[in-house]
Amino acid sequence: MSDPKLPVAPKPAVRRFHQARWDEPIIFELDTPGERGVLPPATEVGVTAAVGDAVSDLPSSLRRTAPLNLPRVAQPRVLRHYLRLSQENLGADLNVDVGQGTCTMKYAPKVNDQLVANPNLRDIHPLQGEESVQGALEIIWLAEQALREVSGMDRVSMASTGGSSAIWTNIAMIRKYHESRGEGEQRDEVITTIFSHPSNAAAAAVAGYKVITIYPDADGYPDLDALKAAVSERTAAIMVTNPEDTGIYNPDIAEWVDVAHSVGALASYDQANANGILGITRARDAGFDVCHFNFHKTFGTPHGSGGPGGGATGAAKHMVPFLPGPIVDRVGDEFVVSPGGKESIGYVSPFYGVVPVIAKAYAWIAALGGAGLRAVAETAVLNNNYLMKKILEIPGATAPYAEGRRRIEQVRYSWEDLYKDTGISSEEIGVRASDFGVHYWTSHHPYVVPQPFTLEPTESYSRAELDEYAAILAHVADEARNSPEIIKTAPHNQTVHQTGYSDLDDPERWAITWRMYQKKYPEAQEG
Amino acid sequence: MILGVIVNPVAGVGGPAGLKGTDGEEILNRALQAGVSPKAGERAVRALSQLANEANLEIVTGPGPLGADAAALAGLDDAHVQVLPLEPTGSGRDTISLAKQMAEQGVDLILFVGGDGTARDVAAGIEDTSTPILGVPAGVKMYSGCFGLSPESAGQMSLHPPHRTRVVEILDVDEEQVRTGRVDPKLFALAEVPDDSAKLQRRKVATVASDRDAVEAVARGLVEQMQPGVTYLVGPGGTTATVLDRLGLRGTPLGVDAVRDGAIVARDVSQDQALDLVRTAPGPAKAIIGVIGGQGFVLGRGNQQLSADVVNALADSDPQGGFPLLVGATQSKLLDLLGKPLLVDTGDPLTDRKLAGPIRVQIGPGNIAMYTLASAERM
Repeated sequence: MSDPKLPVAPKPAVRRFHQARWDEPIIFELDTPGERGVLPPATEVGVTAAVGDAVSDLPSSLRRTAPLNLPRVAQPRVLRHYLRLSQENLGADLNVDVGQGTCTMKYAPKVNDQLVANPNLRDIHPLQGEESVQGALEIIWLAEQALREVSGMDRVSMASTGGSSAIWTNIAMIRKYHESRGEGEQRDEVITTIFSHPSNAAAAAVAGYKVITIYPDADGYPDLDALKAAVSERTAAIMVTNPEDTGIYNPDIAEWVDVAHSVGALASYDQANANGILGITRARDAGFDVCHFNFHKTFGTPHGSGGPGGGATGAAKHMVPFLPGPIVDRVGDEFVVSPGGKESIGYVSPFYGVVPVIAKAYAWIAALGGAGLRAVAETAVLNNNYLMKKILEIPGATAPYAEGRRRIEQVRYSWEDLYKDTGISSEEIGVRASDFGVHYWTSHHPYVVPQPFTLEPTESYSRAELDEYAAILAHVADEARNSPEIIKTAPHNQTVHQTGYSDLDDPERWAITWRMYQKKYPEAQEG
Repeated sequence: MILGVIVNPVAGVGGPAGLKGTDGEEILNRALQAGVSPKAGERAVRALSQLANEANLEIVTGPGPLGADAAALAGLDDAHVQVLPLEPTGSGRDTISLAKQMAEQGVDLILFVGGDGTARDVAAGIEDTSTPILGVPAGVKMYSGCFGLSPESAGQMSLHPPHRTRVVEILDVDEEQVRTGRVDPKLFALAEVPDDSAKLQRRKVATVASDRDAVEAVARGLVEQMQPGVTYLVGPGGTTATVLDRLGLRGTPLGVDAVRDGAIVARDVSQDQALDLVRTAPGPAKAIIGVIGGQGFVLGRGNQQLSADVVNALADSDPQGGFPLLVGATQSKLLDLLGKPLLVDTGDPLTDRKLAGPIRVQIGPGNIAMYTLASAERM
């Protein structure tokens, strides 16, 4: 019971937060001669006599002439080092991570980490004979069956190591398809939309295509007339994301596919934003020839940087021969591996793709079942439209393009009105939001929506957490009007204060490696 | 670092009085009669305050309200301020004369306080010396790409000699026209500004690449499209000037030049000369044009030589019936339009309507935006 005589501080409107700062050196700077993590005992004489020194059997080309220059640090110090670094980090499991729209920062169940840590999966080697890894092959095969069902496609390859890797696989297959028909040189253009993921334009460019980007029509939807004007016998493919990064679902998507097919081009579906359509609509049903998934965005595996990534490419029947290897087939009760179809693009990654990620994705899908997947999408869409209502109640926040319409699983909002009133930019709001312990993301570059911010609540957050996130943004928007200095001097509660942006614009000042930093900024090392 | 500072003391006076600008003595008098007090001096002080306490800075400026007053009010050390001799005339001639002297002295940068009219005068004064310039926004019209986002950011950008510059267009509109409701910016000069796009106006778009690199990319994309045997009418502007640079040619940045097979075949052509060139060309002809100003005009603003007749002749010259224009623009220029279409105003509505629709706009090598071109009469 609290003492009624003691004054009680009023509960703040938003959470008070402060990031830890340890000023921790990098691990190499902790090198201390004489320290060790583990000091193994010297090999007994009898052992050496029996098996030799274990090194001289190696060919001399494989032997080091000098020992590895690793830091010498005691084990408890190593533990403290990494715990401190982890405290200087605003991790996905720590914050209400709805502020990184299009990243689909959903909960990655920990039980699946335990599952893939099982030695039966963890300790196998990709060079083992097929007969000794039947269980792992079965998981790959089962995951493919699930993704076939989700996409409607005839076969699905999981050899890609991430979303963009899978998009690359899509365009590589498309290129091979046209080459196989003698139209490889003629078809040198790929069409995408400005609100599709930039990975599509990038993958097409890397594959040697000219990229044509369609801008929205007057109503904010992908411009079908512009597509019709853009396609020709030179078009190799359309590569589009749907729903787009605005959260707007292209209502004419089937017609887009038809327009592409009418000139002999193929249609590739970027399903990075599939979280809002699981069990509701399928790539094949709109007529797409190939599609991709990000395991980490849609199927509950940790993101790249939070764990290895993984991607899948789905192919309609006529595209199956071009799929990358390996292909896992079930023959009777056995699982057998083949290097892909007769016109396969070859391998896009070594061995089988990222098997632990495939296993986690399959576990996630199997735990939910078909009805569960649809519930994921419905909850994600409900959460998004709930959050949109809360955000649009904040003076200065808008959702440009197709205004007034509901969105699927994310929204690209704009602070342009707030910026005009206060001069506070979206980047500054994001920096200030970090003072309350949450992530915030603007948009891909270039900014098409002015002063953008992109929120995607997914199915993982409770109503109370969405309310908290909206309250933080409302609080910061209020500060922009009433105490802008707090925002201009933010962050106040973060590990790092005030970074200079102008350096980001100037390649001559970039230092993207430690060595480059030492070379370009020798003065920084002296302090 | 030697910094030239020019204040146009009457810049911006016409704005609050609703006069759309302050070009011309009569307008200035009407504004002053309406009780408007000049704001340029105050904005000059805000910019120059950023430079106080700066050790290695020498200022060269004009007398009294042309700069010296603001420097004193901003707390700049007299010992580092050199006042140029000038008998003020109270007109744009003062700006021209100061800019000329500063360019001759070899200043690192000219910081001027004013609007488009002042920018034109500064550009006229420095002539072809390539002296970098930077505007403290204080005018009514600021269509040119040379202004800092605020007096403070312009001041901060003047602290160091620019280590990279880029070319921007100095535009101005005829105020008499604006007062009658028509906006028709003309291209008056190209000028070098510090390439620090984060602090320059018109930077509504954050891109990692600098604007200079983006314009280079557009020019490379356009050059990639050029074919042997085709005659190209290269329109005015910064983007098209970069195209000629890439071809190793020196053209007329503010005029229309004709190029065929990597060589200039005619310079600074008039409408009639352009028409003649297209009709007598040995093969097809096309026009290479940029987007001038912030309003998205492709034809009819700053490039009136490319008239309706010329455009129709271009269309007729191509037996394949291809689009007569190769249009290039940086992506940020398109995004700045906030979804509004590109515009065409050749003076002939029928020609405009023929051109209208989604067109290919080159934004880089192998990089094309499908963007809507609309007839200005419909807007």
